[in-house]
Amino acid sequence: MNLALLIAIPLVFAFAVALSRPAQARLLATIGTLLPVALYIVQALGFPWLRGETDFYNTDAIDLFPSLGVRLSLNADTVSMLLIGLTVLLGPICVIGSYTAVQDRLKTYYGWLLVLQAAMTGVFAARDAVLFFVFFEFTLVPMYILISLYGSTNRKAAATKFFLYTFTGSVIMLAGLAYIAWVSATRTGEWSFDLTTLTVASSEYLSNREQAWVFGALMLGFAVKVPLFPLHTWLPLAHTEAPTAGSVILAGVLLKLGTYGMYKFVLPMCPEAALAYAPLVAVVSIIGILYAGLICWVQTDVKKLVAYSSVSHLGFCVLGLFSMTSIGLTGSLLYMINHGLSTGALFLLIGMMYERYHTRSMKELGGLAARMPVWATFMVFFVMSSVGLPGLNGFVSELYCLLGTFQAGDEWAHHPTRAGLGGPLGPWFAAVAAVGMIVGAMYLLYMVGKVVWGPLVEPHGHGAHAHGHRHSAGAPASAPSDAHAHLPADLTPREIGILLPLAALCIFLGVYPRPVLKALEGPTQQMVESLHMHTRGSLQTPWPVGAPPPPRPAHTAPAATDPHDVPANQHPADEPPAAPASGGAGAGSAQEAGH
Amino acid sequence: MIEKLQTLWPEITLFIAACAVMIVGLSGTRSIRALCTPICGLALLIATFLSLGGLGGVDITVTGPLPVLASYGKAMVGVIGVILLLLIPGVVDREFDAAPGGPGEAPQPPRAFEAIRSNTAEFHAFFLFSLMGLMLCAGADDLIWLFLALELTSLPTYVMVTISTARNRSLEAGVKYFFLGALGAAIFLYGFALIYGGTGSTNLEAVHASIVAQADAGGINSITMAGFVMAIIGLCFKIAAVPMHFYTPDVYQGAAAPVAAFLAFVPKSAGFFAIMLLTATLGWSFGASGTELPGPVHSALYIIAVLTMTVGNVLAILQNSIKRILAYSSIAHSGYMLVGIIAGPGGGGGADSTLSRNGLSAVWFYLVCYGVMNVGAFAVVASLERRRADGTHDEIDSVADLRGLCASRPLLGWTMVISAAGLLGLPPLLGFFGKLPLFTSGVGAGHYLLVIILGINSAIAAYYYLRLAAAPLLESRDPAESVGGEIVESPYRLRTAAGLISAVGVVALALGLGGPLGSAATSVGQSGFAPSYVGRRAADRSPAVIPAAAHTVDDEPRDVEPAADGSVDGATIESDGGPPDARFDHAR
Repeated sequence: MNLALLIAIPLVFAFAVALSRPAQARLLATIGTLLPVALYIVQALGFPWLRGETDFYNTDAIDLFPSLGVRLSLNADTVSMLLIGLTVLLGPICVIGSYTAVQDRLKTYYGWLLVLQAAMTGVFAARDAVLFFVFFEFTLVPMYILISLYGSTNRKAAATKFFLYTFTGSVIMLAGLAYIAWVSATRTGEWSFDLTTLTVASSEYLSNREQAWVFGALMLGFAVKVPLFPLHTWLPLAHTEAPTAGSVILAGVLLKLGTYGMYKFVLPMCPEAALAYAPLVAVVSIIGILYAGLICWVQTDVKKLVAYSSVSHLGFCVLGLFSMTSIGLTGSLLYMINHGLSTGALFLLIGMMYERYHTRSMKELGGLAARMPVWATFMVFFVMSSVGLPGLNGFVSELYCLLGTFQAGDEWAHHPTRAGLGGPLGPWFAAVAAVGMIVGAMYLLYMVGKVVWGPLVEPHGHGAHAHGHRHSAGAPASAPSDAHAHLPADLTPREIGILLPLAALCIFLGVYPRPVLKALEGPTQQMVESLHMHTRGSLQTPWPVGAPPPPRPAHTAPAATDPHDVPANQHPADEPPAAPASGGAGAGSAQEAGH
Repeated sequence: MIEKLQTLWPEITLFIAACAVMIVGLSGTRSIRALCTPICGLALLIATFLSLGGLGGVDITVTGPLPVLASYGKAMVGVIGVILLLLIPGVVDREFDAAPGGPGEAPQPPRAFEAIRSNTAEFHAFFLFSLMGLMLCAGADDLIWLFLALELTSLPTYVMVTISTARNRSLEAGVKYFFLGALGAAIFLYGFALIYGGTGSTNLEAVHASIVAQADAGGINSITMAGFVMAIIGLCFKIAAVPMHFYTPDVYQGAAAPVAAFLAFVPKSAGFFAIMLLTATLGWSFGASGTELPGPVHSALYIIAVLTMTVGNVLAILQNSIKRILAYSSIAHSGYMLVGIIAGPGGGGGADSTLSRNGLSAVWFYLVCYGVMNVGAFAVVASLERRRADGTHDEIDSVADLRGLCASRPLLGWTMVISAAGLLGLPPLLGFFGKLPLFTSGVGAGHYLLVIILGINSAIAAYYYLRLAAAPLLESRDPAESVGGEIVESPYRLRTAAGLISAVGVVALALGLGGPLGSAATSVGQSGFAPSYVGRRAADRSPAVIPAAAHTVDDEPRDVEPAADGSVDGATIESDGGPPDARFDHAR
């Protein structure tokens, strides 16, 4: 029920904002995003972080459309709980960060920001594929409105491109989900879009060829969102045009919907195809890492640079996912959090700079450390975190992603179906991708060197202007009329206040990532075991229709037989079809035997 | 004869009401003339009640290709007819009303009533006649009946288009619509004649029996097949599908917005009812997998569907007029619905009997959704008028006229936004839940390419629906633009109410209240043919390729592993899920 509250509170406040006077919108939005934070903290304290994958809140699902099998079911496991945490945290930061940046149409702005918050939380909490899709698609609407109303010059085109790209991808994804649901319905006699049912149906009943198609359809939807290399062109445009809060949410959470979808849908639903196409996805990711990195290097617009760096960074994330090792998955999931924190903070910082100078061009800015020492400190800090400086959060996740990729060969070396499939990733992939880290360091440090250090360069005529309005640090920055003129040269306490929690988390996750790693260990290991189990498709026995879906084999089940002794296509024909779980469980423990 | 008449109480009610409004509408007293709308509304509500079987529930003793369509199809016509009715006041005879002065404008004194110049009576009667024809379509069990019902649906609309405004463009639209409509009618009548020639009967059940016999004897004869193909091509006029779609934008633009809303729903529904009945008569037990319509009809529908979706959507992108956008989008929506027709009702039994798998249920469901969403968009257009300097009024036309509507007139603005987002298929609105069964039924029938094309087309449609939604919500009106005259709200507030009902429906039906609608849709798609007909040919085939297991046909044999009793999983489906040809068990 608490998950429903996390979604409902922002929605209720969004309605409140719509009905209130513009002057109250800011306050209502702040409360509407801070309340979920408090609620989340309470929930997180009671959450069984170390219990692993099992969904925690056993809320009863409500039938939304019975004849279509659509149910309103929400639940959270460790992974979704972490990502919900990121979403909930970025909410108030975006709202408070927009106090001075947004001055007109406040109701629309804060109202849609709250709706966006609810929709994003819903994506991570949904346990019904259609409900997931509903939330997934509905994030487009507030984002479209935020970009096209509050963006800069080219905002209409950027918003439309953003909408159409994602919409196209996800409609095809829906076709893939519909296919799985149909297969599931023919087997069980009941239409359901329940995630567990779909995962069972897809991973167990689909042939390799079907999986390949479904994989393609699902990946198209999620790859646009991530975005992976050839489909990334909407992102820099959307980022550049979006208002600061839009960029923060886009980079912080919306891109994660793609990688979360890969983790929650693509890998468990199409394990065979994922293994077969892992090299392809990895190559695309690596191209993205290097290509986007090189583009970053030649950018002069700071925001565009950070936008492209998202493309590059999320390449690592996808690489970690498709290493299909526990370490890689852990790294990738952690990367989603870390990227949200550090890139979100970078966009905030760029927004603060833009509010003061009204330019983001590196040609017009330089040596700002002299003018804004606090800002510069945060800038350097978050750039370091983004680059992956050991001791800060980026390092741990990037290392884990690469490590997982490196070890993928060992993990899957004894896999019987390996020969016929594309096969796992390996050291070569990791080695090439690691170059991306260097490129990443190059462009980010180059940017810092130019903007933060060096001789002071300010837009023409700005220096005197800023000096003339230099206030004491405590001056209220939210003066309604011409707030830009009243901003002090350096950061205000409000701005520092929203950056501090992010910085604290970056340090925490960099110095002591163990609790999070520990919490992610269970789900990722379970995922890898399930992947091993379901990439031995020939061991599966078809189920009679009407029989309940087979229980998910527990990974602690004792090994019945050593599957290596049973050739894949010689499964004993006289084994009754009603006992498929034993084959599955045997296959599951094979991974332990193989180690 | 008596039993047949008993199923016609809804139509009889409408007929009586139509006669009543013909008299009432000629009254010299304005307040009596104004009774036309309540009379029509009451008649429609009673007809809805009667078509649902009155207090006794839905009567399912009717036979025919789609027995339940007669009940729920008529009920749908009744309900959406009421919403369409709310748009009607003010379309004709404005000069005899006192109201036309908008807020802030002195009411002009009405002209003296002249019965000879008045159109109120005819207009309302034709409105009811057309809906009556549509109801008759839903209950048709004979080709002659079907033809007469289709014509009864269409003939009044030609007049309604022509008299809907006093301008020449309505006249032009009416003439264009009439001639092309006559051409379409000729084509499908010719098709009906060929069907009669090929099967020896006009009764749909007898036609079906003959087709089954022909198919068993080696193949359906080419005359019958040509008849069905021609009938469907002729019906493309009614549903505004590709070879016969050219009239749509011109006629919608020429007609007044309330009439355009009527055209977008009523003839389209009639056409789809007819196509559903005809294809259900043929049955989906042909093709390589035994789950398709007979080859020529399947190919024809496939090509029509793809072209209709694509042409409609691509041309809609190029438009600036709201009504033309909605017209082209209406073409595209017909294409979407044809996917459900191609997919068919599934093999029968088990999971196939739900809305998710049954393409015919999906088509009916989508018709309802489309009807509800579309009225909203047209209602906004009908509720806004451009007042010219000389005091005359005209409808708004360009998308630019919608700018800033959410700020200036929130109700109308948000109605437009919700309707456009709903038509776009944006979750969680009604359009999405309408499209979902089309997706799942298409996938279930194995037409993956078609479903992908449907998906891509939905995305193309996003482009122009976003324009319709963004103009009122995100853009602001430039005062310098009001050259052609100021935009005011229509004095006929019922139109705004119709828009509101539609907008509320788009949200509420999607979020929780759609359950009964889904159940109704599920039963609409069930075949009423005797068990010996439906699915017989499918059952004759090898168990491995029976419909339910059709998706495994071209896969690696991995899934099909002999079980202990030697049967493959496909056969198990058949025995466990009930025979695929089990007659639909009508739940009351």
